[in-house]
Amino acid sequence: MANVVMNPSKKKKYRSQKAAARTSLIATYVVLSILALIWIIPILWIVLSAFRGDVRGTVNSNYFPSTYGVGNFVELFTSHGENAIAGVDYAFLKWFRNTLIISVVDCLISTFLVLSVAYCISKLRFKMRKAFMNITMILGLFPGFMSMIAIYYLLKSIGLSGNTGDSAWLNIVGLILAYSAGAGLGFQVAKGFFDVIPTSLVESAKLDGCTNFKIFWKIILPLSKPIIIYTALMSFTGPWMDFIFAKVIIGDGAPEMWTVSVGLYNMMYGPQPDSSLFTVFAAGCVMVGIPIVTLFMALQRYYVEGVTAGAVKG
Amino acid sequence: MADEVMTQEKKPNFFVRFGRGFVNFFTKSIPNFFTKKIPAFFVRIGHWFRDFGLRFVDGSIGTKLSHFILGAGSVYHGQFIKGLIYFGLQVLFVLYMVLCPAITGPNGVQVPTGYKSLINLQLAGQDAHLPEGSGGRWTPGGGIIPADSSILMLLLGLVTIAIIILYIIVWLSNIKSSYIADTAVKEGRKPSSFKEDCAALLDNRFHILMLTPTCLAALVFTVLPTIMMICIAFTTYNATEMTGITELFHWNGFDNFASLFNSKTDSALGIEISKRFFPVLGWTFIWAIFATFTCYFGGILLAILINKKGLWGKKAFRTIFILTIAIPQFISLLVMRNLFDINGPINSILQNMGVSKSINFLGQSTTLETVYPANVAVVRIMVIVINMWLGIPYTMLMTSGILMNIPADLYEAARVDGTSNVKMFFKITLPYVIFITTPYLISSFVGNINSFNTIFLLTEGGPAVTGYQAGETDLLVTWLYKLTINKGDFNTGSVIGIFTFIITATITLITYRRSKAYNEEDTFQ
Repeated sequence: MANVVMNPSKKKKYRSQKAAARTSLIATYVVLSILALIWIIPILWIVLSAFRGDVRGTVNSNYFPSTYGVGNFVELFTSHGENAIAGVDYAFLKWFRNTLIISVVDCLISTFLVLSVAYCISKLRFKMRKAFMNITMILGLFPGFMSMIAIYYLLKSIGLSGNTGDSAWLNIVGLILAYSAGAGLGFQVAKGFFDVIPTSLVESAKLDGCTNFKIFWKIILPLSKPIIIYTALMSFTGPWMDFIFAKVIIGDGAPEMWTVSVGLYNMMYGPQPDSSLFTVFAAGCVMVGIPIVTLFMALQRYYVEGVTAGAVKG
Repeated sequence: MADEVMTQEKKPNFFVRFGRGFVNFFTKSIPNFFTKKIPAFFVRIGHWFRDFGLRFVDGSIGTKLSHFILGAGSVYHGQFIKGLIYFGLQVLFVLYMVLCPAITGPNGVQVPTGYKSLINLQLAGQDAHLPEGSGGRWTPGGGIIPADSSILMLLLGLVTIAIIILYIIVWLSNIKSSYIADTAVKEGRKPSSFKEDCAALLDNRFHILMLTPTCLAALVFTVLPTIMMICIAFTTYNATEMTGITELFHWNGFDNFASLFNSKTDSALGIEISKRFFPVLGWTFIWAIFATFTCYFGGILLAILINKKGLWGKKAFRTIFILTIAIPQFISLLVMRNLFDINGPINSILQNMGVSKSINFLGQSTTLETVYPANVAVVRIMVIVINMWLGIPYTMLMTSGILMNIPADLYEAARVDGTSNVKMFFKITLPYVIFITTPYLISSFVGNINSFNTIFLLTEGGPAVTGYQAGETDLLVTWLYKLTINKGDFNTGSVIGIFTFIITATITLITYRRSKAYNEEDTFQ
């Protein structure tokens, strides 16, 4: 915050102020560098572990590996079938495919639901509007796990969860439903965005005889690129980040249908944990991390915009 | 905005206001609810019934008929397609209720829907429409424990209730539509055609078209499951009582709630619950407070450092911190868990520096536990510190934008008065940021109470407490998980879920209802 106030008549004071500013700047560099190092250490460590020379290594005490190689990545993509150690076949490509399918479909459904609800709540006035907002807020206060277990039973009773064998892919349909069904209730950030679009724009369009649908489609949506991208980014990355919903709904029964998070967790801590899979796990983390981080970095601007808006809206 | 901050500063501090809000909630809001809101509600219901009666008396034959046969009014007014849709829905409803199509439950038990599912809601065992002693109980994660189908009976009963409610809504809308057509005829207009009705869905009634998918999806996947879990809190659905297995579980009133406070309960579970409930609750609060405020203030400080004037390489520093947000959380957490492992690199570095024995940072309960006993305080601090690693970049990102928006003249004025940097931080920066981000602060506190991933993936609740399920770092939600998914004590899990809801709801209602964001929600446009 130290901003230097120019005062040519007191040159000496100015000089000392300048020195003070420089010291504080240097101090800031030192502190920031130390912090950056703290934030980098774990990330670098997992990347280094992934490139360890010894394939199927356990967690060991060296931060820097003694030998380097890509054996763990090869191991990750090689299906061992029946011969898999500890009986778990880590079909990483299949987990990746599953997660990709889930996140694309979820992204499409969720973005549509969120935007439509946010537009209605923000720009239309109707009888149940306030009631709808209050109910949504109250529903959001129940811990997700309570409903998660009931959702499991619900999906199970219509055959979309807990399947094994040939029908195991139905679990994925169930998971998509579970992810995207409630999405419409998370409209707050998008609503905050629509609130800022001037209502006069909507009103003048209405005077010109536009229907509400046309206003939404032709006027609001083209103005909402940032929030569309933010909503899509959030719902797309959701399935890559979520762990527990996927674990409960897909179950441990059908390894081919796991998502990456369930698969990677089960490698290390699952029903048949295997601590020697650590380096393979690290390789998996890198493979999942790269696309998601790239996506995030590319769309950083929109993410920051959404996060800042969310801070004010809660 | 500047004026608001200045007036904000004159107000008593956050905690005093929160305290007052808390007292007001009980002395004003709640009595107000009973003396004004509830009577007003009944008056509205009275009016509604009056209007309903008037419509029946005033309406045409079509309107009168449509009270019994859906779509009759529409057909009477020549709206054939609409009438057919209404009638079709009625036929479907009646068929569902009378024919009771059965859903195949575990072990092939046929559990009926329709009116029989309402009878089954009594959960009365032998009287239910189920073959006695057959069936099985599903457990999340796969497998069937031979037990009963009560869970499906409960679910289908609730589904039937939801269908009845939806039917009532359709029934009312059918009467209303007929009545509107009546009025149109009286006024000499033509009743709306099907085409016009569809066009209205894209214009005046656009919200109906747009909100229906969300409402239906939320009803099935949010409301129904929540109500079902609340119901389970009032049943005997737990592992201990389900081991005999020929019975169905049944309602047991408030017994489960009582066992939270009653240490003299006979069952092992009752003892676990009563002994561990308050410690877990206490730690949940400590965790939520520390996790929220460390990340919040840490993030603000980091944002101030990064946004310092004249600092070169802002973008590089920001990118490093944003990297942490971009990496999926389960990966970061599992990486941390391995980094701080008993055999992990951190411990080996410490040993190189002269520490004699590995520290059990994360309360690992392995066979090594006796060699490396875990210190509860250390584990708890570690969890909070690792959470800072995860949370600070996020707050940094969020407050960066806000910091840049603080009017510069505020600082200029302060600098002219000779205010020190530290004082400016506490008198200008902090009040401003807190003022803007109060809603976030509340939602992040609530989020931390429910912060399942951090605890589950780092410590799994460990260090374990001998003889009990809930470990020293278990939050209410992770305990809920252990009780339900691992052990099958669904009723106790639900009770804990309800408690968590009550806590979070109280905090949120008190603070949100008083906040600008809520009260002036639609004035700002």
